[in-house]
Amino acid sequence: MIEVVDLYKSFNNHEVLRGVNLKIEKGQTLALIGGSGKGKSVLLKLIIGLTKPDRGKILINNQDISKLRGKLLKQLKQRFGIVFQGGALFDSLTVFDNVAFPLKEKTRMKESQIRDTALAELARVGLSDAESKYPAEISGGMKKRVALARCLVMKPEIVLFDEPTTGLDPLIGKAIHKLIRDCQKSLNFTALMVTHEIPAIFSLVDRVAMLYNGKIIASGTPEEIETSQDPVIHQFVHGELEGPIPIQ
Amino acid sequence: MSWILTPFKIIGNFAHTFIRESGRMVCFLTTAFFWVLFPPYLLRRIVKQINFIGVKTTLVIVLTGSFTGMVLALQTYYALVKFGAETSLGPVVALSLIRELGPVIAALMVAGRAGSALTAEIGIMRISEQIDALDAMALNPYKYLIIPNLLAGIISLPLLNAIFVVVGVWGGYAVGVGLTGVSSGTYFGGIRDFVDAKDILEGLYKSLSFGLLITWISCYKGYFTGYGAEGVSKATTQAVVLSSVTILIWDYFMTSILLT
Repeated sequence: MIEVVDLYKSFNNHEVLRGVNLKIEKGQTLALIGGSGKGKSVLLKLIIGLTKPDRGKILINNQDISKLRGKLLKQLKQRFGIVFQGGALFDSLTVFDNVAFPLKEKTRMKESQIRDTALAELARVGLSDAESKYPAEISGGMKKRVALARCLVMKPEIVLFDEPTTGLDPLIGKAIHKLIRDCQKSLNFTALMVTHEIPAIFSLVDRVAMLYNGKIIASGTPEEIETSQDPVIHQFVHGELEGPIPIQ
Repeated sequence: MSWILTPFKIIGNFAHTFIRESGRMVCFLTTAFFWVLFPPYLLRRIVKQINFIGVKTTLVIVLTGSFTGMVLALQTYYALVKFGAETSLGPVVALSLIRELGPVIAALMVAGRAGSALTAEIGIMRISEQIDALDAMALNPYKYLIIPNLLAGIISLPLLNAIFVVVGVWGGYAVGVGLTGVSSGTYFGGIRDFVDAKDILEGLYKSLSFGLLITWISCYKGYFTGYGAEGVSKATTQAVVLSSVTILIWDYFMTSILLT
């Protein structure tokens, strides 16, 4: 379970997060929505321990990740997986080597086992025939799938997705969403997904939370968020130009 | 009134930036050396970076080394002839190359070829979140990216320097013996008589420190690059300029220390 308590983070005196509170139950998928550049990706990086908060707690199964250092932080990070916005695949490695990379570096598996596991993960995301290609030779949708395979190969308990369908056409985007949902069902990980795919995402997640002005202003089921009468949520979810959210 | 304060503001900002950047650079290097002590040692990555920094710069070193030796012999010969001291051509060329030109020019070549590429590579890894990906996998980016480059720089530079000096001495030989008519025995005999192990060690110390300086600055600039393509391009330029200037400044101080 992930619990974020009264979290603050600022960059160069600009406060991005101003007291975020959020709870994700084990095995649940939560979509985090909100305006661009408003701190959603920062929240993901804080949750996975890539950066430290100014104030507040991030509890992962009641362990505060923001207070952990060294070996304990490393151990906790191993329970996470993250799919970055651009995939963050290593350019100098092939698709297969990208997926096998965490296994080679973090486990004591034999070469043959690593090969079988990585190929099975590539097969799960439908990329068995792209194993020898380099990231520069594959499409955006394929990169996201490779990133997902690399993330899942270590069987994480918690997976964070940073806009997993950004820059993809609607069909590929839908296919990626379905793939994430299928993987979530079969592996039963807890997922937090930063996304702008509204309302498409509502049919795929258990809960939705909205970040606005550095705070979570609403958290509920997709139906509750979609039918919310709060003017800010209503304007954002329905993509209306008129309303309390200023268009910048 | 504000125009009176402007120069002070500029000086203050410069001093502030200089102190902050220097502090961050020292912390960066200290962190890297701290992690050197702990496994995994990633020998394969170190060898790969020696290939990138060292082996792939060899051609440039051979070219610059040979022509530096040749022009040095030519200029020195015409100066020595005026004093009737052309028999000293060999030692003058060799000592100049061993103690000064070899380490400095080889380092400048590495900074231009490998240093810029290192900054760009690490910078692109930073902006495309590849470094964050390593960190998220609970893998230490210093171990994977920084330490192999620092060690490869320290190992490669003395070897490149040695190649530069040897090729330069033979370049000087080609001009001195082949063109100006100094005898082969005089050229190499002079080198044997006047070049000491101390001179060779001076060149070695310099190239070792230059190897560290180049990779330190290049990795640092790439690791803390700015946003987007502009940030990477700026970081790359800064890495090359800062490496080149630092090499020359550090060379002066090292020479003055080693000569005393």
